[in-house]
Amino acid sequence: MAERVFMKGCEAIAEAGVRAGCRFFAGYPITPQNEIPEYFARRMPEVGGVFVQGESEVASVNMLYGAAATGTPAMSSSSSCGISLYSEGVSYCASARLPVVYVNVQRGGPGIGAIQPAQQDYLQATKASGNGGFRMIVLAPATVQECVDMVYEAFELAQRDNNPVLVLTDGVIGTMMEPVVLPPMKTDEDIKAMKAKFADKACTGHEPCKQHFCFPGSVGTGQEIANKEAEKMYATWDKDVRVEKYLTDDAEIIFAAYGISARISRAVVKQLRAEGIKAGMIRPITVSPFPYEAFSSLDFNQVKGILDVEMSIPAQMRWDIDHAVQGRCPINECRRSGGQLLTNEQVLEGARQLIKEVL
Amino acid sequence: MAEKKVYEKTLGVMPDVISGFCPGCMHGTVHKLVGEVVQELGMLDKLVRVEGVGCCGLGQQFVSHDVIIAAHGRACAVATGVKRCSPESLVYTYQGDGDLASIGLDETVSAANRGENFTVIFINNGIYGMTGGQMAPTTLIGMKATTAPFGRKVEEHGYPMHVCELLSQLKTPQFLVRTAVDTPQNVIKTRKYIKQAFQNQIDGKGFSLVEVVTSCPTNWGYTAKEALTFLREKMFEEFPLGVYRDKDKEEA
Amino acid sequence: MERNIMMAGFGGQGVMTMGKLLAEATCDATDLKVSFFPSYGAAMRGGTANCFVVISDDEIGAPVCYNVEDLIVMNGPSLHAFLKNVKPGGNLFINSTIVTDPIDRDDVNVISAPVTQMALDMGNDRALNVIMLGVYVGYTDAVPEEVIIKGIEHKFENKPKLIPPNVDAFKKGIEIGRAQKK
Repeated sequence: MAERVFMKGCEAIAEAGVRAGCRFFAGYPITPQNEIPEYFARRMPEVGGVFVQGESEVASVNMLYGAAATGTPAMSSSSSCGISLYSEGVSYCASARLPVVYVNVQRGGPGIGAIQPAQQDYLQATKASGNGGFRMIVLAPATVQECVDMVYEAFELAQRDNNPVLVLTDGVIGTMMEPVVLPPMKTDEDIKAMKAKFADKACTGHEPCKQHFCFPGSVGTGQEIANKEAEKMYATWDKDVRVEKYLTDDAEIIFAAYGISARISRAVVKQLRAEGIKAGMIRPITVSPFPYEAFSSLDFNQVKGILDVEMSIPAQMRWDIDHAVQGRCPINECRRSGGQLLTNEQVLEGARQLIKEVL
Repeated sequence: MAEKKVYEKTLGVMPDVISGFCPGCMHGTVHKLVGEVVQELGMLDKLVRVEGVGCCGLGQQFVSHDVIIAAHGRACAVATGVKRCSPESLVYTYQGDGDLASIGLDETVSAANRGENFTVIFINNGIYGMTGGQMAPTTLIGMKATTAPFGRKVEEHGYPMHVCELLSQLKTPQFLVRTAVDTPQNVIKTRKYIKQAFQNQIDGKGFSLVEVVTSCPTNWGYTAKEALTFLREKMFEEFPLGVYRDKDKEEA
Repeated sequence: MERNIMMAGFGGQGVMTMGKLLAEATCDATDLKVSFFPSYGAAMRGGTANCFVVISDDEIGAPVCYNVEDLIVMNGPSLHAFLKNVKPGGNLFINSTIVTDPIDRDDVNVISAPVTQMALDMGNDRALNVIMLGVYVGYTDAVPEEVIIKGIEHKFENKPKLIPPNVDAFKKGIEIGRAQKK
């Protein structure tokens, strides 16, 4: 078994990017994700990659767009209000079908919000990360190990679809340290092969009149054709839906939570089980595409209530849960916001209230 | 009688495509010059154009080399990503005044200050062309625009912005020049400047910007000929032509 | 079994290093699950600094817990801020050189060690955190002492001169911790 090392979430994210073949990183300082650009600044020279501190988030994401247009595996990261400024560039990447990976280490919001952790960008991340109605695969890690695995996988997904992939985490997971097993380092040959796969689109200079275009839009009817093609690609994502069902088989109370909230919910589920209460948890691992089926296929004769646990006020994932459940059982919310952390005690209290109401 | 070829169209533009620029517009001339000098440098197959938004966007169907369309104002950031990842490519941005000096000023100044090793072709005609004659940072005092219907006023809009002068406050840029293509002499001069700006990139010397002060008869509301007069009398007065930075000369 | 540890003090007292040393050593030398979560006040120096370490044989839920088995306080303000967070029957470790206020609870085990003074006496005033970690491990046996010694050797890999004094400091702490064991 590979050796486990003790790493901070943000640094593990960066190392996973390097190992996945990322050779261009641009980003702008914003708490709580500064360790990601700082790590790349140290690490890129060792692997012959490029690190640029952009003059803004807007510039950084557009640098990413340029780097990806050359076929270079490229990545960026920011946090919440910084991610809002990524909207332009990410939309351009989606339109031009460029494979980029970016990470949102969420903090409090809206506005400048708070530098402390939160989960307040769910709807932005999963529904509209920019203008134009494009979609992305959004992965939501709950441990530092999952951060590593998902960043690594994000590069594969981005390159498979030629589409941006977002890793949606938060300031707790970005700041905490945990043991991780790191994936293998992609070799220079692997990276050459990645670039070769994109060679028929890459804009690096070609013979006159055999030029390549990186075109985030179109004239006439071209845009509709491009949008229909993108829609076909989105339709293949059913196979990419990932969800963890924890002790749900006989559960009467279901926790619904992703990322940091799911960690806490899991601990509370265990505690309730020890008391003989049939609790379980559904944890979306891909929040886009969302695992609607996991909720819609529940046996509502057995399931008496759902507790949506989020670090967001108002709740946001609630929209997707509602969409799947269609009013077939009561849904309560257990929330904190603006950088206030959920604690085991608070989630337990939320669960007890639900139990009192429905069991 | 044997025919003698005295002129050949550059391979840097598409052989059969008409540019689509308005009569009296000087974008076409600048495109031709870029094609010609890069052809002379033997680098057409390495040429990547990062295109701004505005009338410069009309060039995308007209040039014969790789084109990356940037978001409005972001060409210098996009070009940074391109050139850093593909140093063997010959990269240039092609931007207008609204794109480069208004929405993209941060990206422009920052790329210049980092000394990014690419070439910027900056077309300054003092107006937003594509969107229909709105006021630009470079619009002259008193000049009417659709968003300044009573003319640009100092007390409301400030003075026109001078990009070469602004950038020449930075230590890093290699080459900053303001030029024009209104006469054959100026075309020859501009050709020389553009060539130097690309040669600087080939030599790894860093950021080079060629500002071309041009006319926009359509949005200025003039005939092509009147626009030329306005260009020479008013625009050149506000935007003096000349070399604002040439590190080669300073070092020599 | 899950063990939640909170450590708190002034910025500059090495609170974060203490937590990281415990957590990283646990990662390297055991198969246990472990997490470390830092929480700074507004200032890096002179402000408050606290961190959380969770060690468990099962998956760890929240890495931040305000209902802990063990609390280590390196200064007075931390005692007042966090004493309520110790579970009844839990352990409170205090730096008795500067934490001199009475403890307002009688349902926790108080283990005191004058670590600031000890570090000064050893001529190694920065070692107070390592001494306190020794006290903690000596009293609780949360991890075997060799695990931390390995961690100290690893931390000072590039400054080998600092290994012996820090191992000594740690062992002094172990003795104090053991001596106060019931």
